[in-house]
Amino acid sequence: MSTATIHLEQGLPTASEAQVLPPPQWVEGHPALGQITDDIAHPLEARPGKGWWICFGIAFTALLNLGGMVTYLIAKGIGVWGLNNSVGWAFDITNFVFWVGIGHAGTLISAILLLFRQVWRTSINRSAEAMTIFAVMCAGLFPAIHMGRPWDAFFIFPYFPNQRGPLWVNFRSPLVWDVFAISTYLTISLVFWYLGMVPDLATLRDRAKGGIKKFVFRLLSLGWNGSHRTWARYEIVSLVLAGLATPLVLSVHSIVSMDFATSVLPGWHTTIFPPYFVAGAIYSGFGMVLTLLIITRQTMHLQRYITLAHLDKMAKVTMLTGMIVSYAYATEFFSAWYSGNMYERYHFINRATGPYAWCFYLMVLCNVIVPHLLWTKKARTNVPFLFIVSILINIGMWFERFVIIVVSLHRAFLPSGWGMFYPTVVDVGVLVGSFGLFFTCFLLFIRVLPMIAMWEIKGVVGHGAHKIALSADEDGTEPLSGDNEETGQPEVVSA
Amino acid sequence: MPNTFVIATFSDADSLLGAVRAVRAENFRIFDAYAPYPIHGLDHAMGIRRSRLPWVTFLAGLMALTFALSFQFYTSVFDWPLNVGGKPDNSALAFVPICFELTVLIGGLATVAALFLRARLYPGKKESLPANGVTNDQFALALRERDSFFNMEHLVAILRKSGAKNIQQKVGEL
Repeated sequence: MSTATIHLEQGLPTASEAQVLPPPQWVEGHPALGQITDDIAHPLEARPGKGWWICFGIAFTALLNLGGMVTYLIAKGIGVWGLNNSVGWAFDITNFVFWVGIGHAGTLISAILLLFRQVWRTSINRSAEAMTIFAVMCAGLFPAIHMGRPWDAFFIFPYFPNQRGPLWVNFRSPLVWDVFAISTYLTISLVFWYLGMVPDLATLRDRAKGGIKKFVFRLLSLGWNGSHRTWARYEIVSLVLAGLATPLVLSVHSIVSMDFATSVLPGWHTTIFPPYFVAGAIYSGFGMVLTLLIITRQTMHLQRYITLAHLDKMAKVTMLTGMIVSYAYATEFFSAWYSGNMYERYHFINRATGPYAWCFYLMVLCNVIVPHLLWTKKARTNVPFLFIVSILINIGMWFERFVIIVVSLHRAFLPSGWGMFYPTVVDVGVLVGSFGLFFTCFLLFIRVLPMIAMWEIKGVVGHGAHKIALSADEDGTEPLSGDNEETGQPEVVSA
Repeated sequence: MPNTFVIATFSDADSLLGAVRAVRAENFRIFDAYAPYPIHGLDHAMGIRRSRLPWVTFLAGLMALTFALSFQFYTSVFDWPLNVGGKPDNSALAFVPICFELTVLIGGLATVAALFLRARLYPGKKESLPANGVTNDQFALALRERDSFFNMEHLVAILRKSGAKNIQQKVGEL
């Protein structure tokens, strides 16, 4: 006999039951469990549609372009970029920070929302995590290629035996912290993503009729058979990983921001950078999640799982983080004025009125004004409108990094050291190419792996919905009496 | 000697949960339950202790932290002290980010490795499914004959009452 029955007999609803009603509706209709498997596995088993081929064609062309551009870059040296003595970092580091930032929304959705027990994350966490991994891959490309000798890129890691004599990497340098942060982030994200996929890979294995598909899924699913003893451990490990990934993701962009903040350059040398970068990362990441999921739900016909309610929630997070970013912009200007430091003041005057002012105003338009278009629910559930907004956010956040990096560098302390940066074809080509790499990976991912976590959806859709809501207030269910040493009295909630 | 299992299948999680409770109330030992998703409350019902895997995280993290701190200390103070902006050789605060990253990295990887070892999951393992569809939409309960003193008719009666669709005996390993 469970406590729930007792209360029903007495006619007293418990606190937990009060929370349960009405159950959250994160999937449209009431699909049976088998139906969910069929729906989500369908894109992996059917032939791709026209929309997918068009997207893939464009992305793959851009990827080929990246290959060509990077080959040319390595053959000729970074002189083919528009860098000069004043502006030694431009598109490369802008792209790096942009792509790392994109990744952050994935971890936010998969780890932080898991800790906060936000059930709505279940339909989108898998693809958001995939986005994280591909974005971090794109990010990792730039530090590697912006070195004069990319074949020596492994020098950034300390390694054994140390062939540099006893000279080690400088552990006091944020650039070295960055190496550790990004590689840890990529590794932990990959492991978290793969671990979350194991039960789904087993589902696909059991669906596969045979041949190479069955072989590969069997290899990857590690013999998973749905044992609850394993599930119990698995859930604990997922929580542990989420708990590790949460501070990790905050550390990654904080450390990226320290690459700038620990220098003395006006516009960079500021303590607001870590939280400002993290908020910006989540803002840009949610912009990209929106872009990707809108494309995916249309081309893969998954509107039932990625509902308007999901888009609405994501738009709200975007709006919130957009406003945090706006606040950070205002604080930067205020601090520049309040510091009384003339270089700092000049930097911000130059930012708003100098030769790159158009970049600044584009950034303000996209990051400060655009989020406010999302105040009404009508706007947040209008798919084409949201798509345009998400693209604008991506553009705005790329320009934010450009403004921070290039505008700070081009006019620093001495006017004799001032200069301008003009991108070359190779600069733009590598940027476009990195989008090619990203979208090619993502489009292949949605064709060969389950892009929605089937087992999590099943847990939410079944009776699982209210069980998950209940778990927030620690086990409304009564442990079975018997040999369970921890059996306490059934929890009775008085009215 | 091969084991003999009694396997009951269910089409929803609540029936499985009910069956686990009913069977355990009669002092049968549950070998395992199988489901396409983790059923909340089943741990309690089956009497599974909370996993000790977080200890692996803790210990591995602690080791990584110790390693990261001592390695940075060794390289910066003993092996090749380098004057960077007049900062002290042992600038312990500057070592914090790498200590943190390595703690998370090693702690996370060790936890997952421990899970795979403990749950005996490894690439290429041949899956042993108690019934078809437990990774799709079926739920199953397995009892090993060796574990409990079996009165088959009694057990079947309990399982049927709890809503089992199908009850069968299986000889082999799960």
